Amino acid sequence: MDFNFTEEQTMIRDSLARLIREQYDFDTRRKVVASKEGWRPKMWAQFAELGLLAAPFSEEDGGLGGGPIDAMVVMEEFGKGLVVEPFLQTVVLGGGFLKRGSDAQKAEHLAPLIAGERVFAFAYAEPKGRYNLADLETTAKKDGAGWKISGHKAVVVGAPWASHLIVTARTAGGRRDTKGIGVFIVAKDAKGVTTRDYPTVDGRRASEVHFDNVSVGADAVIGDAGNGLPLIERVTDEAIAALCAEACGAMKVAQNMTVEYSRQRKQFGTPIGKFQVLQHKMVDMFMEAEQSVSMTYMATLKLDEDDVTRKKAASAAKVRIGQAGRFVGQNAIQIHGGMGMTDELAIGHYFKRLTIIDSEFGNVDHHLKRYTDLSAVDVAVAAE
Amino acid sequence: MNLDFTPEETAFRDEVRAFIRDNYPKELTNMGAREDLTRDQFLAWHKILGKKGWSTVAWPKKYGGTGWTSTQRYIWSEENARVDALMPLPFGVSMVGPVIYTFGSEEQKERHLPGIRSGDVWWAQGYSEPGAGSDLASLKTTAVRDGDHYVINGQKTWTTLAQHADWGFFLCRTDPSAKQQEGISFILVDMKTPGIEVRPIKLIDGTHEVNETWLTDVRVPVENLVGKENEGWTYAKFLLAHERSGIAGVARSKRGVERLRDIASNETIDGTPLILNGDFARKISQLEIDLTALEFTELRTLASEAAGKGPGPESSILKIKGTEIQQRLTELTLEAVGNYGAPYARGMEGHGVNDLNVGPDYSNHAADTYFNMRKTSIYGGSNEIQRNIITKMILGL
Repeated sequence: MDFNFTEEQTMIRDSLARLIREQYDFDTRRKVVASKEGWRPKMWAQFAELGLLAAPFSEEDGGLGGGPIDAMVVMEEFGKGLVVEPFLQTVVLGGGFLKRGSDAQKAEHLAPLIAGERVFAFAYAEPKGRYNLADLETTAKKDGAGWKISGHKAVVVGAPWASHLIVTARTAGGRRDTKGIGVFIVAKDAKGVTTRDYPTVDGRRASEVHFDNVSVGADAVIGDAGNGLPLIERVTDEAIAALCAEACGAMKVAQNMTVEYSRQRKQFGTPIGKFQVLQHKMVDMFMEAEQSVSMTYMATLKLDEDDVTRKKAASAAKVRIGQAGRFVGQNAIQIHGGMGMTDELAIGHYFKRLTIIDSEFGNVDHHLKRYTDLSAVDVAVAAE
Repeated sequence: MNLDFTPEETAFRDEVRAFIRDNYPKELTNMGAREDLTRDQFLAWHKILGKKGWSTVAWPKKYGGTGWTSTQRYIWSEENARVDALMPLPFGVSMVGPVIYTFGSEEQKERHLPGIRSGDVWWAQGYSEPGAGSDLASLKTTAVRDGDHYVINGQKTWTTLAQHADWGFFLCRTDPSAKQQEGISFILVDMKTPGIEVRPIKLIDGTHEVNETWLTDVRVPVENLVGKENEGWTYAKFLLAHERSGIAGVARSKRGVERLRDIASNETIDGTPLILNGDFARKISQLEIDLTALEFTELRTLASEAAGKGPGPESSILKIKGTEIQQRLTELTLEAVGNYGAPYARGMEGHGVNDLNVGPDYSNHAADTYFNMRKTSIYGGSNEIQRNIITKMILGL
């Protein structure tokens, strides 16, 4: 067992932290979020230059030979700086699918992805599917050698910035069947793709994406067109681990800001940080954040174990982080008092990001049920 | 970063597992509540481990510790928990032992450490007083120098299992004029010294686990003072930090969750195993998830200790979360047994009843244990005190 970071990982952390400190301060972020584009392609190019986009890929895929821990390191710093650029969507999700694709797919997409020239978004959620990855109304119908995709994908984060989409669609079977699901690479400028683009409450951009008989070739399918769910679950669990790391970063900052504020803010002639009732609240925030870090390590380190272990680990982490994020966010606002309600202070923006993280890739209830169902499988197996 | 055991660690686990299998006393499996045990039963495993050199695993090697890495110690706890082993009590091994080898004289080390290692000497803790619980520094028991003796007068309380104790370590006020924390000394006392009276306190679970200890003109040789006079508070804090680090009880709680799962598989609700009932199953899941968070927080703490830092204020997290989970575990176990949580009132034999033992075996101590475990968020510095410690030491407020 080893909980140390490698030299490379420490380097990534330090250089990214410096970049964010120097070029991603809160006021700059506010301007970027309010700009027409909503992100900074130039910042993305700097991330590529720093090697962040290459870090989690193997050397034979053109990366730096790291893995999920490198992604964790990056995402925690992103969380601290409330970075909006689509590392999760492009590197963890897009890259997560592509590195398990064919040699031709890797050759076509990975090099430009790592160079920062190609940006991905993951179009999986649907208006009525909630968090069930298999609840799909979007269809992909066989069309000669290729496929025709039709349907509506909901809240596709980063889609306005993306050149390519990873799309899940039903290729066979009924609406919630676990079999009969395929994963497709679709160029966003393909004929029949239309988007409604909008800002999200936590400073990012997303789209409702409509597919109207969009033609893709046979080479657009990643993996098995009839049984893609296991791959989708795996890559989604990797995204959950990375998202948990982002939440940890945001929680640490929210907690520190709150402690700092309680030192400055005086009421009844004394800093409010001297009040025991607030002190204990802040200790609870600290403990929630620390346990979130522990759960993020746990889930990240178990991504390559067997399916049930990996799924339970990811769900356990998402449950804990969802609860912790809510606790830390709400109490950070409470202790900041009226100032916490203002758009001017950064704290409210951390609260908003933490709030939305819970609903991404399944909230607390969803993952508590998933964890429980997977434990029941254990019980059934033991009883046999 | 990785969770893998090295081949050496795997070999170590196999060695430990085999040793426990071959040596753990068969008659001490499934003992139920520890409060009913005899002195010999309490010490049996401790003595076996003492002979093997494994009773004080966390001590420095030079004082008879094992020199094990944090991973080895993790494996050790896991393997003992698998058989619900009755581990050596903390009073000697985790509390006074580290104080003696860190602050004690050479004579004290030679005299006391061997008995702690072997399990021949039973130690009791004389910290709390009727008027000094969480506010420990307000203690009033006095030790007055008289020639080459201290004369101790006062009353201690919550002296756990002192009915079996050979020696005790006591916090006494040696300078009544000094500020609260500055006039306290840490003194070792032979419990057979005239003037010591141990009176039982019956707890809400019917057990005699703790005592009141009265000290009247108890004469103790000055060489039993640990470290310097009036600096006992430093040693007391050191001891509490050591106590807290073992207090998480992760391995034991993991075993407890397994037991809870077994119970919930046997109990039924509307004809279905309780464990498959969504409401109850999700409560177990939440407990298990919280326990996983605690486990990895402890592993991180152990790793930072291995990097050369002793148990610091972060061990307060382990105390708070560890005890919350232990309590929740016993709470859910009592819930799981349903109606049969009510019977088995300990100590009521002969009070007009002809059978104490009516429910399934696993239900017998469910309520007692739940009642008993409420102590965990109170002792060792209450969980509110732990939050005060984190406020001061970590948040810096």
